[in-house]
Amino acid sequence: MQLLSSLLAGLGLGSMYGLMALGFHVTYAVSGTVNFAQGSSMMLGAVLTFTFAQTLGWPMLPAVLLALLLCALYGLVVEVLAVRPFASRGSNAWLIATVALGIVLDNVVLFTFGKEPRSLPSPLAVSPMSVGGVGLGVYPLQLVIPLVGLALAAALHAVQRRTRWGVAMLAVVQNRDASRLMGIPIRRVVALAFAMSALFAGVAGVLIAPLFNVNADMGTLFGLKAFAVAILGGIGSAWGVMLAGLLFGMLEALITATLGSGYTQILSFSLVIVVLALRPNGLFGRAEVKKV
Amino acid sequence: MSSSSFRARRTLLSSAAALVLSATFAGGALAAETIKIGLVTAMSGQSALAGEAITRGMQLAIDEINAKGGLLGGRQLELVRRDDEANPAKGVTAARELIYKEKVAVLFGGLDTPVSMAIVPLVNQEKVPFMGPWAAGTGITRNGASPNYAFRVSAMDDIVDVAMLQYAQKNFKSAKPGMILVNNPWGESNEKGLKAALAAKGVTAAGVEKYEANDLDMVPQLTRLKAAGADTLFLVGNVGPSAQVVKSLDRMGWKVPVVSHWGPAGGRFTELAGPNAKDVHFVQTYSFFGKQTPRGEQVIKALMAKYPSIKGPGDITPAVGVANAYDAMHLSALAIAQAGSTDGDAVRQGFYKISGYDGLIKKYDKPFTPANHDAIGADDYVWAQFIDNRIVPVGTAN
Repeated sequence: MQLLSSLLAGLGLGSMYGLMALGFHVTYAVSGTVNFAQGSSMMLGAVLTFTFAQTLGWPMLPAVLLALLLCALYGLVVEVLAVRPFASRGSNAWLIATVALGIVLDNVVLFTFGKEPRSLPSPLAVSPMSVGGVGLGVYPLQLVIPLVGLALAAALHAVQRRTRWGVAMLAVVQNRDASRLMGIPIRRVVALAFAMSALFAGVAGVLIAPLFNVNADMGTLFGLKAFAVAILGGIGSAWGVMLAGLLFGMLEALITATLGSGYTQILSFSLVIVVLALRPNGLFGRAEVKKV
Repeated sequence: MSSSSFRARRTLLSSAAALVLSATFAGGALAAETIKIGLVTAMSGQSALAGEAITRGMQLAIDEINAKGGLLGGRQLELVRRDDEANPAKGVTAARELIYKEKVAVLFGGLDTPVSMAIVPLVNQEKVPFMGPWAAGTGITRNGASPNYAFRVSAMDDIVDVAMLQYAQKNFKSAKPGMILVNNPWGESNEKGLKAALAAKGVTAAGVEKYEANDLDMVPQLTRLKAAGADTLFLVGNVGPSAQVVKSLDRMGWKVPVVSHWGPAGGRFTELAGPNAKDVHFVQTYSFFGKQTPRGEQVIKALMAKYPSIKGPGDITPAVGVANAYDAMHLSALAIAQAGSTDGDAVRQGFYKISGYDGLIKKYDKPFTPANHDAIGADDYVWAQFIDNRIVPVGTAN
């Protein structure tokens, strides 16, 4: 029973990592670049939702929708300001530029939103769930998160296979020059990927806000772990990163519950290294084949 | 025509000269060098509110001292602040700047024990008195240096840990407490202190669990403590993670008494932790709620007049930061007055010469001796709970 509640909680946490790692995946697949400050995009989703729903008193639905829209817009800003100017010159400076932009955002939020951690109430995080009188040790929201995560991974998969834009994305991945010759607007496809990336992080932020403390640096550690998860799953595979997120979250919870919290970070990250040593392209990734 | 214009020019000249002269004299009066008091604390990030509270307490005391004519024959006090971002390396850099460049007479620290621990060797080497108005790490004042330049007007972990056990035994008949501590030097300091306190009373702990400051879910750790048979929890952590511990307990449906260090007082604990926030008992050095001494009423009034955002005791938050810093600043001023100069070693000995001070937290009687650099003891602690979003004092340790 105790293990079950730890596992369920780990599942919820893991799907947050998965969602954010999905954000790394979409942009990496299309452009070979990522927004390293994914944690800041997540924080933005949580902070905006809190501001609209609590400070301004809007109903939840419009608050969440506008927050997510603004997150997507922020993704475009990241691409235009921090990635495009460098990537187009073949420079790797976007690495640090995205980190810098994230720090700027964190501090802007610190000034405007305030320094105190806040909490977003949610009807899904009031009373813990129980089955037949036995407590499961989680709020309903923690079970909603993996569902949303998997649904989004499935949606992303469907978009990539079934829609014109999705196919365009895949084409850009396979051969940039040929895609350009075929009339695919590469710039717009890449920008779209960054918008989606920030949107995924924003969804994670909105979902986690009622469980966590909303403040300017809430995303930092999540962003880091999500990147580890993206690499672990194989950053080129949407399903891979989502599953790796779930695995990583449950692994963390299991280690803590059985061996104690002192070992969690050491063991979980050591395992990441071991896995990468054995499977350099991640658990679910395929080796990149450069066709010449 | 020409003579009148000449006269006019002369008047102009003389009045200009007078202006220059008076400016020089006024400047001379102003230039009686101010005494700089340094403060290195977090002014951004999660602990920023605490830094603001320390600033308010210090500034209030400085205003009072300056209004009475300052120190050392009319020299005004001036507060010089630097942000440490809760980062020890940045704290040391800031402390160096304040010591070497600003030449502060006394250096105040912030709420983060790791930062203060990093600054203490520097002040001992440079012979600049250090005053801790918040960070409770035992090693800050008990640092083994001789002479020791670190003083404190705040709680100290070792004493808090003894008080936590006393309070738990008295109120909850605790026989097998479990510890849930933040994984940093502050948590470590309390792990040592709590283990010593338990050993002294012949009590064995159910277990010791740690969490990261940014952890979201403490169910696994708490589950282990529950399985080990913990009948009380000793909690050490800042307000955010403390709230996560309470929420995790709620999810598990585990009703267990929680006796805490003062982390929960650092923010909107009720909002963050939900309805069960009220079940946490935590230590304070001062509460602006309840009956106040005349000094307490005067401080509340002055704060409300100076800071429009303060509308009542509930807005003076975190209270311990304001109260500790206020008394610490007055005590430091007394030490400078006793020293008769801003020389570091003289001020250090000035602290020992303070015979008494009727302060906000208590009536201090010989607050510092060479053997004791902590002005506040176990008897001065107040136990409190968050009830309806207010920190309400509920008892004392004894």
